[in-house]
Amino acid sequence: MFDTLTERLGKVFDGLTRRGALSEADITAALREVRVALLEADVALPVVRDLVAAVQERATGQEVLKSITPGQTVIKIVHDHLVETLGSEAVEIDLNAPTPVPMLLVGLQGSGKTTTTAKLANYLVEKQGKKVIMASLDVRRPAAQEQLRVLGDQALIPTLDIKLGEAPVDIARRAMDRGRREGYDVVLLDTAGRLAVDDDMMDEAVAIRDAVKPHETLLVADAMTGQDAVNIGRVFHEKVGLTGIVLTRIDGDARGGAALSMRAVTGCPIKLLGTGEGLGALEPFHPDRIVGRILGMGDVVGLVEKAQEVVEEEQARKVAAKIQKGQFDLEDMADQLRQVKKMGGMGGIMSMLPGAGKIQKQMAQHNIDDSMIRRQEAIILSMTPGERHRPALIKASRKRRVAAGSGTSVQEINKLLKQFQQLQSMMKKMKKMGGRMLPMGGGMPGGALPPGFGR
Amino acid sequence: MSGAPSGWLGRLRSGLGKSSNRLAGGIGSLLSERKLDAATLGDLEDLLITADLGVETAARLTEQISQRRFAADVPEAEVRAALAKDIAEILEPVARPLDTTARPEAGPQVILVVGVNGTGKTTTIGKLAQQLREQGKSVMLAAGDTFRAAAIDQLKLWGERTGASVVAQDPGTDPAAVAFDALQRARAEQTDVLLIDTAGRLHNKADLMAELEKVIRVLRKIDPDVPHEVLLVLDATTGQNAHAQVETFKELVAVSGLIVTKLDGSARGGVIVGLADRFGLPIYAIGVGEGADDLRPFAAQDFADSLLGLSA
Repeated sequence: MFDTLTERLGKVFDGLTRRGALSEADITAALREVRVALLEADVALPVVRDLVAAVQERATGQEVLKSITPGQTVIKIVHDHLVETLGSEAVEIDLNAPTPVPMLLVGLQGSGKTTTTAKLANYLVEKQGKKVIMASLDVRRPAAQEQLRVLGDQALIPTLDIKLGEAPVDIARRAMDRGRREGYDVVLLDTAGRLAVDDDMMDEAVAIRDAVKPHETLLVADAMTGQDAVNIGRVFHEKVGLTGIVLTRIDGDARGGAALSMRAVTGCPIKLLGTGEGLGALEPFHPDRIVGRILGMGDVVGLVEKAQEVVEEEQARKVAAKIQKGQFDLEDMADQLRQVKKMGGMGGIMSMLPGAGKIQKQMAQHNIDDSMIRRQEAIILSMTPGERHRPALIKASRKRRVAAGSGTSVQEINKLLKQFQQLQSMMKKMKKMGGRMLPMGGGMPGGALPPGFGR
Repeated sequence: MSGAPSGWLGRLRSGLGKSSNRLAGGIGSLLSERKLDAATLGDLEDLLITADLGVETAARLTEQISQRRFAADVPEAEVRAALAKDIAEILEPVARPLDTTARPEAGPQVILVVGVNGTGKTTTIGKLAQQLREQGKSVMLAAGDTFRAAAIDQLKLWGERTGASVVAQDPGTDPAAVAFDALQRARAEQTDVLLIDTAGRLHNKADLMAELEKVIRVLRKIDPDVPHEVLLVLDATTGQNAHAQVETFKELVAVSGLIVTKLDGSARGGVIVGLADRFGLPIYAIGVGEGADDLRPFAAQDFADSLLGLSA
């Protein structure tokens, strides 16, 4: 439904690229798109206003005016500014206090506090070798305390025994007592979900805070949160006092603008991200990735890292050289298919991109899935090396043979050959645009490529 | 929770009122001082955006207002009323309560409850069960959330509270098996309504969505007409991602109506205006508190008025 910022700016800058210079009016138009993109990503309006003003200041002047690719430049300025706003460096959970270190997790109903408590405990035990005990102070939601106990049992992390009818403040005190007596490093206190406007419940949170004086008070917030993120962040920070934010459900396809809103309004760092349903799915915060999502550029960093893990550099260089020489053949296409498989298949790659649900559906409609990749690989493997190198050889009778050999049909062979042709012509185009998009190899400046060099 | 004005309208208004005060106050100060010029309209649009109406819907509503030709010294209440009326017009067609009166001939009315994690599915089921029990219906709850720790216990507690029977199996069981078992038992026991809980799932997780499709497929082996209703529970705090949620759930599991929860917070739930416009799915009920009677029918004009701080 939503256009990415790249697409939006593309529209604004369409046709401008060749004109060379950008006027003030162009920047204003670009920033209007930036504003819409941020709002559609659920960044709260007051925060958007500040950001746009700051970006305008940075963009006005030489940088953009002299740029060859104004769209890219504006995106870069916005990107860098958002990364700075979110805090360029990861801030760890702070354990620098006398043991047992009390930590409080607060937030709205359904933001994922209990699951996050168990994940955080698991994280501190596994990554930092700490001795951790958890206690649920949620006496309101049915079976909430039981939920934490079950999670503790799964993760082999002790939980405070449940006493029916005990008040939250008393549970917190008892947890600290036990932490002290039994030499725990960290006491994690999960609390009931509460609305920022519910004064009684906010008072209860304050009473718990005063009773245990937590060293970390983490606001657990849903990455799907809308404009209300500023109110939630502000009220919890003003009343309870926060030291950090944990953003959950980052594995969904929300753009996650709440991260910017909450960071801006509380000034507290985002410390951790909940990235899945498993107990291990808790990761340190990477501002780059969140900014990429907010701007609709996907988790490009994550994707690139994943690609680096599985794509052998040597092979990549070989393919790049072949593309450069116009020698990309079906053998190389098979290699590419295998690499997609290694990266967790189409689903694995798509899940790192925004709007993935939609793309996945579209792929399903066109029968693009991992079984298709396997079939295509089978088709290519049923060809002779000569055919793979010169697909033009493959005429009717060869097609029938390949179809029989791979257990597919002639139509599928035709489809694959057509895709290959498209891929080849796309690569030729990319090569023509040359250095500006893909600065590959040698010191040849992109602009120096003469027209028609691609042939 | 105590001491709040009783009566659901009062509760809705105090719930929504908290959230709309700023919006309303904002418009007030905006309009008492200036004409309805471009800058004012721009600010008006911004105020709608802060209520999560979304850029597109906010722009369209503002455009409508701008064509209304108000007098230069129009009282702000008039503009607010006009805006509320426009919003109510969009919402009117979707304000349709869940119909539990028409019991199918063979077996129970089957209601499947779905949604992303943490929107309040289980709590909503508890509230629904309570209301159905008060209407004298027999109710069965199926503990289809076999994933989240203690979700089954949570549903069992609701069963005890409301006098609804609960069908549950061990954690980790295939939810389709739980649903199948529950429907068979509900038919055997001639239960009026079967409410099936499901685990929260993000709509972009293809495998989890496939699991949900399987629940429906398996239920239809018993009766091709079930489920009669598929309720998508939406959290009012959610921003524009609600569009993606509705789109995907609607396409994959044929959602028949929405329930919007947590409207008693500071979130205004304005995203449902855009949702109503785009999908036209009925909003069966809204959640304005934690008590069983805090699940209320959705009334378009009241919602719009409350959103803009106008008293009905």
